[in-house]
Amino acid sequence: MERLGKQTIKFNTPPTITEASSIVGPKEAQGPLAKYFDQCLEDEFWGEKTWEKAESKIIKENVNTLIFKSGIPIDQIDYCFAGDLLNQCISSSFGLRDINLPFFGVFGACSTFVESMCLGSVFIEGGGAKNVVCATSSHFCSAEKQFRFPLELGNQRTPTAQWTVTGSGASLLSSSGSGPYITNITPGKIIDMGIKDANNMGAAMAPAAFDTLITHLQDTCRKPSYYDLIITGDLGYIGKDILTELAETKGYNIKNNYNDCGVLIFDKNEQDTHSGGSGCACVATTFSGYLYKQLKSRKINKILLIATGALMNATSSQQGESIPGIAHAISIEN
Amino acid sequence: MGFFQSIDWMLLLRCFIVGGIICIIGQLLIDKTKLSPARILVLFVTLGVILGGIGVYKYLIDFAGAGATVPLLGFGANLAKGAIQEAQTSGLLGAFIGGVKASAGGIAAAIFFGYIASLVAKSKIKKQ
Repeated sequence: MERLGKQTIKFNTPPTITEASSIVGPKEAQGPLAKYFDQCLEDEFWGEKTWEKAESKIIKENVNTLIFKSGIPIDQIDYCFAGDLLNQCISSSFGLRDINLPFFGVFGACSTFVESMCLGSVFIEGGGAKNVVCATSSHFCSAEKQFRFPLELGNQRTPTAQWTVTGSGASLLSSSGSGPYITNITPGKIIDMGIKDANNMGAAMAPAAFDTLITHLQDTCRKPSYYDLIITGDLGYIGKDILTELAETKGYNIKNNYNDCGVLIFDKNEQDTHSGGSGCACVATTFSGYLYKQLKSRKINKILLIATGALMNATSSQQGESIPGIAHAISIEN
Repeated sequence: MGFFQSIDWMLLLRCFIVGGIICIIGQLLIDKTKLSPARILVLFVTLGVILGGIGVYKYLIDFAGAGATVPLLGFGANLAKGAIQEAQTSGLLGAFIGGVKASAGGIAAAIFFGYIASLVAKSKIKKQ
């Protein structure tokens, strides 16, 4: 691997995304991407007593599905990178406690999926691993409880609020294979523009996505048109517009090939999610379900996946702190 | 027939309109400002205490009945009313006792029915 520009790493023998799998909750199952997911749940408890247990079960079953689908024996998988939104990442560590793989707990808020893939691909490229699992999960009910108000309170959601996706996305990275390949990674910086509204995360994260996007393009000397699709994780409708405008001010036109997973995963008219989807599972399920299949069938060949995260917690919100944003980008090419 | 004839339909209409306007104010605060629902709740109760304390809110209650007493403003006004009355009869300490005493029925009922509901119901995902 080699360093390009300020922040980007280029892989000389790019890791392959061998397999990807996804499980989603009932609301996502009613959305436009439903047919691409491996499994759609009928209720948000999935037979468990609590939402936290349900979320752990979702990530556990999804990783099992991933390994089963890949056909690679578990003893040939070297490491697991996973994280989620709950305190101390309990969904992943509880869900994956029986998986019997060396485990790295990763927290990058909603950018965790791509952060895990960045770390996993560096492990592979560096010769430290042959097969690596990267997984994340989120759950609407547990996330509302964690970051906003208990659902029992019955609060109304504000118009700028986004809907945390219930589900899990996971990918298996391998040192050899037939693609799609992770060719470059651009880990992002923490950017805080002073947004304090926990119900307007798109606006808080858009400047971070912008910084990572521009840095990636400059580091790799590429134009936005190089990619068939530039896709952000969970900026939602508001953040998507902000990023498009920010890019335009710097002379980059991304209107034609840019979209956001939070916009794709729900139907704006049929499903009233306000400003679109969010959460670790938003980018993870949209990639593992929809985008991975598009890449495999070569309907699209070059994508820049930019997962965005809002790095706040409930205490920082209550203490009136602003929301630091982060965005990590990977280019995936056939 | 006696029951229907005894209903003051105009009072029902006034109750609906006043209660509705108070709710519209709350909805506008949720949609148009960055105030969290918890802050709006505190704002309404505090405003009710002020309006009750200066003696204005009782005119709204006379005019609209439950349309004014049921929303949070009514709870605040009730707190103020109780505190003032108790202060008049038992002095300064009464100001601290009266408000809670006047609203004790509502508070105890909320805890009681909340507890009963938690035994029989399970919280679910929101529709929107």
